[in-house]
Amino acid sequence: MDNAVPHFRDPHKTEFETAQLLRNATQQAELRNYKDFLIVDVDSHHYETEHLGEILKYVDDPTIRQLASGKMSVGRSGLMPGQLGFQDMGGRITRYTKRKTERTPPTPHRDVSLAKYWMDAIGVDIACLFPTAMLHLGMHPDVSMEVQLARGYNRWMTERVLADQPRLCSMLYLPLNAPDDAVKIIEEFGDKKGVTGFMVTSTRYRPIFDNANMKVFRALEERGLPLSFHAGYNWNDQSLAQLNRFISVHALGFTFFNMIHMTNWIINGLPERFPKLKVLWIESGLAWIPFMMQRLDNEYMMRTSEAPLLKRKPSDYMRDMFYSSQPMEMVNNRAMLEETFKMINAETQLVYSSDYPHWDMDLPSTIYDLPFLSEQAKRNILGENARKLFNLEPVFSETKLAARLKG
Amino acid sequence: MAEILVCREGEMEEGDVRIVASGHREAGVFFQDGAYYAYRNLCPHQGGPACEGMIVPKVLAVIAEDQTAHGHTYDESQMHFVCPWHGYEYDMKTGVCAGDSSLRLQSCAISQRDGQVYVTL
Repeated sequence: MDNAVPHFRDPHKTEFETAQLLRNATQQAELRNYKDFLIVDVDSHHYETEHLGEILKYVDDPTIRQLASGKMSVGRSGLMPGQLGFQDMGGRITRYTKRKTERTPPTPHRDVSLAKYWMDAIGVDIACLFPTAMLHLGMHPDVSMEVQLARGYNRWMTERVLADQPRLCSMLYLPLNAPDDAVKIIEEFGDKKGVTGFMVTSTRYRPIFDNANMKVFRALEERGLPLSFHAGYNWNDQSLAQLNRFISVHALGFTFFNMIHMTNWIINGLPERFPKLKVLWIESGLAWIPFMMQRLDNEYMMRTSEAPLLKRKPSDYMRDMFYSSQPMEMVNNRAMLEETFKMINAETQLVYSSDYPHWDMDLPSTIYDLPFLSEQAKRNILGENARKLFNLEPVFSETKLAARLKG
Repeated sequence: MAEILVCREGEMEEGDVRIVASGHREAGVFFQDGAYYAYRNLCPHQGGPACEGMIVPKVLAVIAEDQTAHGHTYDESQMHFVCPWHGYEYDMKTGVCAGDSSLRLQSCAISQRDGQVYVTL
């Protein structure tokens, strides 16, 4: 016994690998037989600013390329609106700091490899990738900067990341502060491979009911391309600036802006004006939806004349929309969650999202393990609803295909 | 259940953690204040490897007698470890979750004999 050698791993001295970090999720995938069905993640992220040098090459305006190309400028600082915040909880969420050390092969693009590492580990077949720092770009005081960076990013995404990657897709960045340019971007990128629609970053201050936006919504509707609003926070917002903790501004901020846009969208009758436009609300969780349905219905019944375009109650329009699942509020509230699923017609309108690699990510098991869902409902939410929404060709991961061969 | 050799006595230093496995089952073994503590490496939240994250003292709010707030500080006598997936925090000596005392990690028995430390997993 004295000669026995302990076999152990010191997690603080081990090289970072996503597959190792997520091995418990891989076990979940095996135990739940994810190999048998398609899982689509409608909201995941990459860190585009780590490749800002590449993206800048795709920016049209040479003066912006020059402004941002100095050695000290290539990075988030100075180019895009920054945000105070502690997403990594001071190092508690280890993947934030250690991600940069993970090894990837020379090809494909590093962001493709990193995405596939976590997708394979948690059982996702197709992932919709969104940027991270650029989620604040809608607050840039220079609208032309939003347009230039959006177009540069979209070109880079479609040419360097999405091309030849059937398991990756994106709703590209739509610079809604410049509606004419937004239409040009829809025209230029709407047919590109891997483009499943367009995304508006929710942290912005020009109301969406502005008449100038109508041509944008029409362009999307005509092409059958969904529009999404991706939530975010702005600690500098006059109301949110009263909050002194990041937990507070994150909890409220990620619903605050989508609640404003949702209210404007409904009360101004945009669902009646663009009845075929599919709208997806991303990363506000689910608890805000019943709240909004109840608040808007209650006020609408008393003040119907202020929303004359509506032919139904606000909640009826909201039930036609799509919602991403993460971050799903599920601490000791099973009954409330079940009621929420009923209220939003989750079996057809809810689409799974992980938000990986961000700190409040949700695994597919957050949906699969819900006892009040049928097997078919689980599969709809985890993949089928998104496949229909985005008109996706189902592509399964190599991991799942290999697992199927094993039986 | 299997008994897994963790270390020789004296081999782990203050604040060290070792992850040991028996098949797919893992335990995290901590050495803190001269004692060993072991838990299943499985967070009850979403199944993360709860024992592999950062080790930090419990955070306290500094409140004066007149109830005015004066920021935060650490309670160095109460160490926590943090699940690296989402940040759920656990008391190292009890395995109780900092955010909900009804939630705790499954503890694993530690035994010491013949100068060796074992965990039952």
